Amino acid sequence: MNTLLYIIKRIINSIPILFIVSLISFFLIRLSPVDPLAQMKLNPSISQETIDKETKRLALDKPVYIQYFFWAKNFIRGNMGYCTDNTKVSSKLKPRIINTLLLSISVIVVSWAISLVAGVLGAVCYNSLYDKILTIATSCGMAIPSFFFAILLLLFAQKTGWFPIGGLTSVNFSSMSLISKIADILWHLALPVCVLTTISLSSITRQIRANMLDVLNSEYVKFAQAKGLSKTRVIMKHALRNAVNPIITMLGFEFAGLLSGAALTEYVFQYPGLGKLLLEAVMISDINLIMAGLMIGTIMLIVGNLLADILLKFTDPRIGI
Amino acid sequence: MKIGEVYKKIKKDKVAFCAFIVLFLMYFAITFADFFAVYPNNFSDRNRAYMPPSNIYVIDKDNKIQKPYTYNYNKVFDKKNLTIRYNQDRNKKYKIKFFAKGYEYKILGLFKSNLHLIVPEDNCALFLLGTDINGCDIYSRLFFGGQISLTIGFLALLISFPIGALYGGISGYMGGVTDKIMMRIAEAIMSIPTFYLLIILASILPSNMTSKQSFALITAILAFIGWAGFSRVIRGMVLSIKTHDYIKAIETIGASRKRIILKHILPQTSSYVIIALTLSVPSYILAESGLSFLGLGIQLPEASWGNMLREAQEFANIIYRPWLLTPGFLIFIAVLSFNVLGDKIRDIFDPKALK
Repeated sequence: MNTLLYIIKRIINSIPILFIVSLISFFLIRLSPVDPLAQMKLNPSISQETIDKETKRLALDKPVYIQYFFWAKNFIRGNMGYCTDNTKVSSKLKPRIINTLLLSISVIVVSWAISLVAGVLGAVCYNSLYDKILTIATSCGMAIPSFFFAILLLLFAQKTGWFPIGGLTSVNFSSMSLISKIADILWHLALPVCVLTTISLSSITRQIRANMLDVLNSEYVKFAQAKGLSKTRVIMKHALRNAVNPIITMLGFEFAGLLSGAALTEYVFQYPGLGKLLLEAVMISDINLIMAGLMIGTIMLIVGNLLADILLKFTDPRIGI
Repeated sequence: MKIGEVYKKIKKDKVAFCAFIVLFLMYFAITFADFFAVYPNNFSDRNRAYMPPSNIYVIDKDNKIQKPYTYNYNKVFDKKNLTIRYNQDRNKKYKIKFFAKGYEYKILGLFKSNLHLIVPEDNCALFLLGTDINGCDIYSRLFFGGQISLTIGFLALLISFPIGALYGGISGYMGGVTDKIMMRIAEAIMSIPTFYLLIILASILPSNMTSKQSFALITAILAFIGWAGFSRVIRGMVLSIKTHDYIKAIETIGASRKRIILKHILPQTSSYVIIALTLSVPSYILAESGLSFLGLGIQLPEASWGNMLREAQEFANIIYRPWLLTPGFLIFIAVLSFNVLGDKIRDIFDPKALK
């Protein structure tokens, strides 16, 4: 019951944030000198009727603040309008959202699995050769620009031919069996996941190592050791549980960083994700698509933070709001 | 803590000191970019697009040690493959002079000079790291690009930190409804995926700007992204600082809110500010390079490390012309050094941190 109340409170808290985000992004885009229908008007395949419909839907003939309410009403109803190439924004967004989620979740799973082990080992073998190598490696991982690393990996893929160059599926994807379809997607995911994992892995590993060191120096761990518990038991049962809590909060931020980092990586690998879609929309100033992409990205981020907080509530019951 | 003390502590740590030296050299090199550069900033030779790096020889055919020299490349059109190739022309040697007179420039924009580190002989096309599509010398552009890439982060910080500190300070000290509204706005800005916001801000800028204007606006955009997260931390610190007795004492004396926030509360956060400053420079450098890489940041003909890497977007370039990738390694080294140095400075200022 308590948990449910907490979740509801958290959801209510994020509504004003969404509202402010929509205000900020709406006015940023509307106040720029770009005509939201310029691209549509240039496209001969779009009829005057559609343009009139869009003008009416966006209330472009009315003042800006009324336009905002029209836009908000439509957005809540799930009507996000048309792209410049006359397809529905929502139908364009859906597969991209799934692809980006697929990428982000695989990155989170892989990087957490590796960094938990690496970070704990780093703290346990404090100041050893392994620890020093780990520190250097994580520093390098944090320093490399994601797009540059992606380019280097592309070069590697081209030279060896072990990995496909960009995209999410092979040309003959539709004729494959289910198992080879999954294998094909995983094969295509490998390099983008590798890039993003390297970047998020480094910061998580460092954080886990630092937290673990803190906890290992605390009194109760020393007491547990003095009681004669085995080292693995002390680490796994007493230290790790407390060290992980602050990092679960990081999971939310992690997701934020992933969405941002993914945009560039998706772009280099030609991965059909949300970030690449938004970039393309920005290049041709497709206002409907930009607004929708921005809002969806923000919602994903807020939901990610929410999930992290709920997870934290489960692992650490002391948390309240 | 005095700067001298901090420097001494950095000097003791070998890795941090290395990072310090690397950064010092980098900033030294971009300060005197024209001295190190072989060609001026606006140099381009369309006839020498994508020329591979010049080889420099010190031992000649007879195995004798000579002063460094190089050969020019001849442009050959390969009719069979329909491509342009560059063949080395071994007929004429070109000597390379050091600390000699080259094109004229102004040191720091003040004093006229024509002294250069490396000067090729007349008619010698010396491109130490090859050329790009416009026939610009990559080696020289690295210095001019660094001038932008390495300073834009600091400039953005100079804008975003005072704003963030003031915002957090006011929000934390005032409390109540003001605090709630101000923090919700900051949270909203933090909730937009940074890079999404960045590209949208960059894209709505008018396209007919001079390079100086676009530099200023990109700086402003980077600053706009950064202040929110920073202000939240400052607010948290202010919340605890304002419970101290001395603040109550000042309030009793009757000092104005402005004075309390600016003079008595914000200075207390200075050590955190220094740490956060050094730790956030790299993220600004990375953000600028990402933006410029996409073509939304610094525009040509102005160079930055990010927009020099733009050409690496074309797959043929990274396979056949790997020298175009050099700026990426420089970004990596700069960011790495900032991270290492930032970690060390945090350790120095935060005695609680683990040794």
